[in-house]
Amino acid sequence: MLLSKKKGFFTRIYIVEIIQGLAITLKNFFFSRKVTIQYPEERRAYSDRFRGLHYIKATNGVENCTACMLCPTVCPAECIHIEAGEQADKEKYPVRFEIDLLRCCFCGMCEEACPKDAIKLSAIYEMATHSREVLRKDMLLEQRGNK
Amino acid sequence: MDNQFLFMLAKLLFVVVALISVVPIMLWVERRGAALMQNRLGPNRAGPFGLLQALADMIKFFWKEDGVPGHVRAVPYLCAPLVSLAPAFMTFAVIPFAGNIIFNNEVFEFQVAHLDVGFLYIFAIASLGVYGIVMAGWASQSAYAMMGALRSASQLMSYELPMGLSVIGVILAAGSFQLQDIVALQSQELFHIGSLSIPKLGIFIQPLGFLIFLTCAFAETNRLPFDLAEGESELIAGYHIEYGAMKFAMFMMAEYINMTTASGLIATLYFGGFQLLPGMHTVLDLIHLTGFEGDCLRAGFQMLSFGLKIAFFMWFFVWVRWTLPRFRYDQLMDLGWKVLMPLAMVNIALTVMLVVYKVI
Ligand code: SF4
Ligand code: SF4
Repeated sequence: MLLSKKKGFFTRIYIVEIIQGLAITLKNFFFSRKVTIQYPEERRAYSDRFRGLHYIKATNGVENCTACMLCPTVCPAECIHIEAGEQADKEKYPVRFEIDLLRCCFCGMCEEACPKDAIKLSAIYEMATHSREVLRKDMLLEQRGNK
Repeated sequence: MDNQFLFMLAKLLFVVVALISVVPIMLWVERRGAALMQNRLGPNRAGPFGLLQALADMIKFFWKEDGVPGHVRAVPYLCAPLVSLAPAFMTFAVIPFAGNIIFNNEVFEFQVAHLDVGFLYIFAIASLGVYGIVMAGWASQSAYAMMGALRSASQLMSYELPMGLSVIGVILAAGSFQLQDIVALQSQELFHIGSLSIPKLGIFIQPLGFLIFLTCAFAETNRLPFDLAEGESELIAGYHIEYGAMKFAMFMMAEYINMTTASGLIATLYFGGFQLLPGMHTVLDLIHLTGFEGDCLRAGFQMLSFGLKIAFFMWFFVWVRWTLPRFRYDQLMDLGWKVLMPLAMVNIALTVMLVVYKVI
């Protein structure tokens, strides 16, 4: 609803108001605390639960993943591709484990679904690259966090 | 070639170079000023304090793809940036930026063109700038650009009048159209308090005229709060929406150069033009040079004080831009026709009375 408030004469000629406004901007100009985070040197502190770049947790240098295929099933973006294989000391393991980061929406469902505490989302958010390569197993095995 | 001709060439070169170099400086001032007022830091990476940012911007503008959209009318589309840039340079010609110096019994003026109709020339040329905007809007064949151009044209109509009328007060007081005479008038004494003498600055004898002129100067240069021709929020970019690369940069240059001219005019009409700032006389007396060298030094100081005055008003333009919101279109028209016009008339009547009764 349009309400017209009765304003005083001085308010209506605006000059005083304009001068007050100018004083406010000048005060900000000189004295205000600047909120800019100067990126490469300073970074915003994110919560530990931030969902960033994936990694597969490893125990004693062996990945926890048993290629149970729960994460590719649950993934809404269908961006996890696993090829399972067998090994003598470990029944099943992923021969190939790829995540297409260009499709991933960082929902964290894979992390929730994993029964082996294997796939994790780290706090790394700088993922710009020059190529469109997918995140391969050898890259995934890099331990990027301590979740 | 005689000295006058050489001096004229030097002046031309100086004014053009000075006006062009205002653009990158103002780009930087505007961006950092805006940032600091909004509690940000602004561009501070390229060079010390981000001073080279303007250079980087310029390089970017030069290297961008300079495309012409398929749906535009090509000839006016390509001419429009030039049409708005040329008057911006031309108006500064009649503004004196230092007092005369005498060399070999010849008088050298620091003013590109000494015109007896100084003022009328400025108003005539300054309003040509809007042709560039209208041309751009019409040639772009885009609704937004057209709206911007139409707004700009009607804005010009409603603000040129009070602007012209507000200046008549100063002309009446000086009894001349020439900016040199107006500056000379402002060095006289209005009254004095003890040993402190208050000069006849335009702002003291024409406070109302000054306010009207200042408001109109903002409208004339299409700056916020009157930048309806651009209106980012409703017209996206208004008249220059279809422009890119250097063609867009030319519109921006025109805006900043217009701002410089407007600041120069405000300084000349209401703040004593190239009259020395307080304190500079003392410095000059201390250095104590006479004859030609003394003249040159004085001219240098006058240029400096004129430059400082212009710089202050340029800063004021930026300051106001980041303080006030944009006017709504009908409010803008209301202000022009219903407030500023009558006020300007009242101002003329008052000035006439003051001049007749020899108060000023
Ligand atoms: S975070 Fe979500 S989208 Fe990305 S891989 Fe895991 S389940 Fe798929
Ligand atoms: S859910 Fe866990 S264990 Fe199963 S395939 Fe995915 S990462 Fe491996």
